[in-house]
Amino acid sequence: MIAARNLTKAYGAKRVVDDVSLDIPRGGITSVIGPNGAGKSTLLALLSRLLPPTSGSVHVDELDVATAPGDVLARRLSILRQDNHMTARLTVRELVEFGRFPHSKGRLSTEDAQRVDEAIRYLGLEDLSDRFIDEMSGGQRQRAFVAMVLSQDTDYLLMDEPLNSLDMRHAAETMKLIRKIADELDKSFVLVLHDINFASHYSDRIVAMREGAVITHGTPDEIMQTGVLREIFEIDIPIHELDGRRIGLFYR
Amino acid sequence: MAKSCPVLPHFALGVLVVAALAIWSVFVGVTDMSIGELWRSGWNDEQVQVLIESRLPRTIALVLAGAAMATSGSILQMLVRNRFAEPSTVGTAEAAKLGFLIVLLLFPEASIPARLAAAAAFAFLTTAFFMRMLRDVPLQSTLVVPLVGILLGGVINAAASFLAYRYDLMQSLASWSNGDFSMILRGRYELLWLSLGMTLLAYVYADRFTVAGLGENISTNLGLRYRSVLTLGLIIVSVSTAVVIVTAGMIPFLGLVVPNLVSLTMGDNVRRTLPWVALLGAGLVLACDIAGRILNAPYEIPVGTMLGVIASGLFLYLLLRKHDRLT
Amino acid sequence: MTASPDPTRRRAPLLLLAMSALVVLAAIGFMTLGAKGSWSFVLPFRGTKLAAMALVAYAVSVSTILFQTITTNRILTPSIMGLDALYVLIQTTIMFALGSSATAALPHSALFLAQVTVMIGFSAAVYAWLFSGRSQSLHLVALVGLVLGVLFNSLSSLLHRVMAPNEFVILQDRLFANFNTVDTSVLAIAALAVLAVSAYGASKLRTFDVLHLGRESAIALGVDYRKTVFQVLIIVATLVSVSTALVGPTMFFGLLVASITYRISASEKHAVLLPLATLTGMLLLIGGQLVLERLFAFDTALSIVIEFAGGIAFILMVLRSASR
Repeated sequence: MIAARNLTKAYGAKRVVDDVSLDIPRGGITSVIGPNGAGKSTLLALLSRLLPPTSGSVHVDELDVATAPGDVLARRLSILRQDNHMTARLTVRELVEFGRFPHSKGRLSTEDAQRVDEAIRYLGLEDLSDRFIDEMSGGQRQRAFVAMVLSQDTDYLLMDEPLNSLDMRHAAETMKLIRKIADELDKSFVLVLHDINFASHYSDRIVAMREGAVITHGTPDEIMQTGVLREIFEIDIPIHELDGRRIGLFYR
Repeated sequence: MAKSCPVLPHFALGVLVVAALAIWSVFVGVTDMSIGELWRSGWNDEQVQVLIESRLPRTIALVLAGAAMATSGSILQMLVRNRFAEPSTVGTAEAAKLGFLIVLLLFPEASIPARLAAAAAFAFLTTAFFMRMLRDVPLQSTLVVPLVGILLGGVINAAASFLAYRYDLMQSLASWSNGDFSMILRGRYELLWLSLGMTLLAYVYADRFTVAGLGENISTNLGLRYRSVLTLGLIIVSVSTAVVIVTAGMIPFLGLVVPNLVSLTMGDNVRRTLPWVALLGAGLVLACDIAGRILNAPYEIPVGTMLGVIASGLFLYLLLRKHDRLT
Repeated sequence: MTASPDPTRRRAPLLLLAMSALVVLAAIGFMTLGAKGSWSFVLPFRGTKLAAMALVAYAVSVSTILFQTITTNRILTPSIMGLDALYVLIQTTIMFALGSSATAALPHSALFLAQVTVMIGFSAAVYAWLFSGRSQSLHLVALVGLVLGVLFNSLSSLLHRVMAPNEFVILQDRLFANFNTVDTSVLAIAALAVLAVSAYGASKLRTFDVLHLGRESAIALGVDYRKTVFQVLIIVATLVSVSTALVGPTMFFGLLVASITYRISASEKHAVLLPLATLTGMLLLIGGQLVLERLFAFDTALSIVIEFAGGIAFILMVLRSASR
């Protein structure tokens, strides 16, 4: 379980994340939704120690994120942000191998190599594994980074807008893949998503944020309701049911 | 990692070529010398003397300095996360010169290690300041980094020139600015072994530098102590630069050109590229020194001047080749 | 700039007048302060220096403003594009190829013409590249210019090393001039050249104003764009040759002058900009020299101080242009 207690991040007088206490249970997919500037990405960065909080604490199982050694935490929790601009020229395989860095410190054992192969196979990157990342398309690059955090083999995987810059086909494929990994490999995902319908379709839990605070959380069915969504986004979104899934039509 | 095996024969070939260059470098010069002659004359004392006092030290110095500067460029490119970073495009080299100058003025009695430490500290702080500045300014284009860095170097240089001019140290400043190995003698280059130490240190921590090159977020995600890696890398670069500047003078753009050429074919996995970078750096400096000694014999053209032409030409090529990938 | 034109129009002559007064004051101070010995020695000696400084200020300021007008940006200057480093390289190459005696035998004017021709060719090439669309950013252009400057300098020093030592001494005399060793014959030729291009350019001031609007607008307004730009390049190359011949390369002086000028000028018309820039340049050079030389007794440190200030100004401009 990831447990945040009274988590606050302030820049001057502006509290980007404001006194958030939240338990994210082990297993399945938890999506964080909310309007722009709600503090979703900042919350994710705080949970994964990319940013130090102004006050409050985060525990990942028994580990205190503020004090746990970086490499110990890196074997328990991984984080992938949206902006993976990279100047270094690495091949796909090299990048995925660095996912084993917390385990091997660069000297790959046979087990490490196996994990790397698995991750590459899982994302269907076998044919691309010797290509340089900077010579690939946005979707392929995104898959390579997912393969890297996958080979890191952590219990928790945090991803900030994993669908950003992907077209519809790749977005859907990525979400299916995340669902598959969560189910087959028993991993816990925390995703920041922009599209409420992706959140509704693939998540087990949805956390809704607004103005730095978590205003509600629950199952997709509980959150995907016109009244609740108005509270979050300040617009009226009619909800339709399609094959047992709730869809919000915010296009009109 | 596993993939380095097939390139091993190539690397051995590279080592052979550089070794041949090194041997050539030992036997080129004002006093003619050849192995055959040495043998016939029964290792004549005078010639052996020249060999030990001047030729061997010079060749060793060339190899060490070339490897160190190329490695420094490689590490800086990872730390700054910019293709065009190297000691003379991020202010490191000029800051080291200013550091030497200030120590020379304030503490003329300071020992050489103390001077070196001060210059390296100066270089370290300036580069750290520059990187800090880059963090605070969101940049449109990667080209701003070398552009501003070269200008920052120019400003530091103006300050150094002012001091040097006032206190009659222009000659020292000039000798630090242009790499020249003709004055290298036994007893005057040994500091460069320290730069070998730095190069080896860079290799030991190669994986950490590659991870740092992926950015602070990914580094933290992989459990790397990003700040410590930055500090270590900057120490390696600053010490190497200061040592090379004080023993032979700056070798401009070497650290930019060599890592980029290696990266074009091999990528940026530092563990894999660093041996090549160091080897190519040493080879290029050796070749330039030999050419500088042959072209205008009996006069010599300093390495800094030869490389100034070759490396700035290559730099232009790197800037203008389909540079969409670089930006 | 939406204010009514009236106060602006009144302010421009006032500003020019005030700047002129300051320049005259600085010139008088420079000629008279701290003079020892006979006036018949001091006045001609200082007078030559003053004339050289005024000429350099004029050449650098006008060439920079015009170059920035045709490139429609305020970061690039002829020096930053490596034009004065190229001057040194051409001088060196001629000396290297012909030898000092043959070079000395050539008429000064022929040499100067050859010089300017090469520089026009180079700047036309840079210019064509700048607007061919292959240069994606201003930063690339500026960086290429800086590196070109390094390349030219390295090539020059390579040739210096290869040439016979006595030739190098002669060349050094010609290249590394400063205000204390101005050659009066060069000064005369330089003044003539400046006069010629100025007379030529004076009739085109209004056309330059249109160029300021950018290529498309200028063409739409009926300007013969290619021809005019080429004319400007001739003027710029001549002026850069003059200033480099007199004092050697000056990296950031033009940039400093131009950025101050744009800041204080209320008008974007070249009829105002160019005189104002010239006066600013003169004030910086003569006033700066006066302060450093007479007040602080730092003799030739002015160029270093200008380099320092200009470098910082440039860094700030680049960072401002680069930050979103």
